[in-house]
Amino acid sequence: MSVTPDLVDDPKRAVRAARWAEFKVFTRRFMRNPLGVVGLVIVVLLLVCAAFAPLLATHDPYLPSLADRLAAPGANYWLGADELGRDIYSRILYGSRLTLLIVALVIVTSAPIGLIIGAVSGTVGGWVDVIFMRVTDVFLAIPKLLLALAFVAALGPGIVNAALAITLTAWPPYARLARAEALIVRNSDYVNAVRLAGASEFRIIVFHVIPMCLSSVIVRMTFDMAGIILTAAGLGFIGLGAQPPLPEWGAMISTGRKFIFDQWWVATMPGIAIFTVSLGFNLLGDAMRDLLDPHLRQRK
Amino acid sequence: MNRPLRLFIGIGSWLITVAITLIGLAALTFFIGRVLPIDPVLSIVGEKATPEVYQKVYLELGLDKPIWLQFWDYLGKLLRGDFGTSFSTSRPVLTDLMNFFPATLELSTIGLIIGVVLGVPMGVASAYWHEKWPDHVLRVIGLVGYSVPVFWLGLVGLFIFYYLLGWVSGPGQLDVFYVGVVKRITGSILIDSAIAGEWEIFFNAISHMALPAMLLGYYSLAYISRMTRSVMLDQLSREYVLTARLKGASEFRAVAGHALRNAAIPLVTVIALSYGGLLEGSVLIETIFSWPGIGNYIYSSLFAADMNAVLGGTLLVGVVFVFLNMLSDVLYRALDPRSREFAK
Repeated sequence: MSVTPDLVDDPKRAVRAARWAEFKVFTRRFMRNPLGVVGLVIVVLLLVCAAFAPLLATHDPYLPSLADRLAAPGANYWLGADELGRDIYSRILYGSRLTLLIVALVIVTSAPIGLIIGAVSGTVGGWVDVIFMRVTDVFLAIPKLLLALAFVAALGPGIVNAALAITLTAWPPYARLARAEALIVRNSDYVNAVRLAGASEFRIIVFHVIPMCLSSVIVRMTFDMAGIILTAAGLGFIGLGAQPPLPEWGAMISTGRKFIFDQWWVATMPGIAIFTVSLGFNLLGDAMRDLLDPHLRQRK
Repeated sequence: MNRPLRLFIGIGSWLITVAITLIGLAALTFFIGRVLPIDPVLSIVGEKATPEVYQKVYLELGLDKPIWLQFWDYLGKLLRGDFGTSFSTSRPVLTDLMNFFPATLELSTIGLIIGVVLGVPMGVASAYWHEKWPDHVLRVIGLVGYSVPVFWLGLVGLFIFYYLLGWVSGPGQLDVFYVGVVKRITGSILIDSAIAGEWEIFFNAISHMALPAMLLGYYSLAYISRMTRSVMLDQLSREYVLTARLKGASEFRAVAGHALRNAAIPLVTVIALSYGGLLEGSVLIETIFSWPGIGNYIYSSLFAADMNAVLGGTLLVGVVFVFLNMLSDVLYRALDPRSREFAK
């Protein structure tokens, strides 16, 4: 006891010290995974590109310059120019903002929806559970891209509608995940203790069940981002996502499709951007799962 | 309870689950088709229709009835195989779907075969040399497959292998002068041309199919090899593998004969699910390669604002999805005696 008297006297400081130590261990283990570090670097680069797009861009992403139509990559146009003579490099930079916007829109809607449905379903049980899980199964049974496609086709194309459609297909895995965690927590001693103390079901769900689900939901989120980016790009490619002249990466590939044989760079460059970013999120997600998921081996 | 009765109840409740899922699927497409558009009539007749035409279509669609009654009618029609009429081809949607589905099935089946033949050994090797260089290399190959936009890879593939190298044929199912030569029997061009003995057409079809099938194969390989790896890692750490090795079984026998056989059961589920994923992945691939399948049909209907066709296609793929899930459930029970003993 005499070694760390201050920790006992000051529980808050003890908690902070423990958190800090935990964080240090986490960082050290993370740094040991080279692929994870590569993923983190890519994601950070994406954030920097999105934040400083106006500073990094060499041209106006929207300003056509017909004299430079389909110019090859070179000193002036680093990655070439598209069919209206707009600089592809600058458009990709600005496009990173759209990508992040869609990902953020989908994540902030789908994760909480799934989390709440799953937590309520697992904690309350009974008929609520049966109904919620049936609904979840129905959504899981439909191919994601097709559902999103049909949904956007009905609502009309656009970034927000595309994000809504992806949300519609993205929440069920979170609900499943949260329910599984809630089922474990539901009958644990500390939840029973709070229940005996008179806490309402609402309070138990919000303050005691949901926090326990968070870490697995966060891991899942990192993984999902790559999938969201690919789906959003797919919708953009089909013409249901962001509309021209917005520099959405998928839509840029779709316009470059006409010139793929003669001006290959128009379609190739945005594709490399999509690929790099989603690879980054996948690598990061892989590393996070290895670190955070204790029962990795039991899961299929 | 005795065994037959328990089995009967088990199958009954399982069938009810499947039925509820299918009804839910129908409810979802109903919702998207009839409720979401601000005015479903306008989306059919267009902006310039006269009030009489509008009124006629309004009544034809049954929009004056309460919504649950509309859904009931919709379900009845679906059960009778009536998916509505496609505005762009002016044929019943079901006829269209049956026309286009074999081509999709053919492409994704070949993709799946490539994915399984390459993906399973890759996963096994990855697990066997866990955290060694083969594992890292194979994992990166898999991750790249996960991360690459498949439509973009299709375009780049066309550019390199068709335009630059000339190794494969371009978009489409056959060269133009071969189209319609072979009598349609199964709808699968490979089988039909083989039956007719038209080997020239057969090899032409293969050279058209090679690139899209390999892309789909790569797409499913990424998933299958990853899942195989994690299942095999679990199995290889079990004691029975150690026992086999102690008894003097060769490495090959211990891994392929013992561990892989146990891993095969969950892998069946994985493969069934990735088949469903391929059907979906083919939507984008088909539009790139002008492949005359469901994906291309849905894509072109989308631009003709032909919602019946889009929803019909979605519904069909959804039903196939549910069916594949069912199949993997059944196979799992049939293959794994443990799941039978301890089933509820």
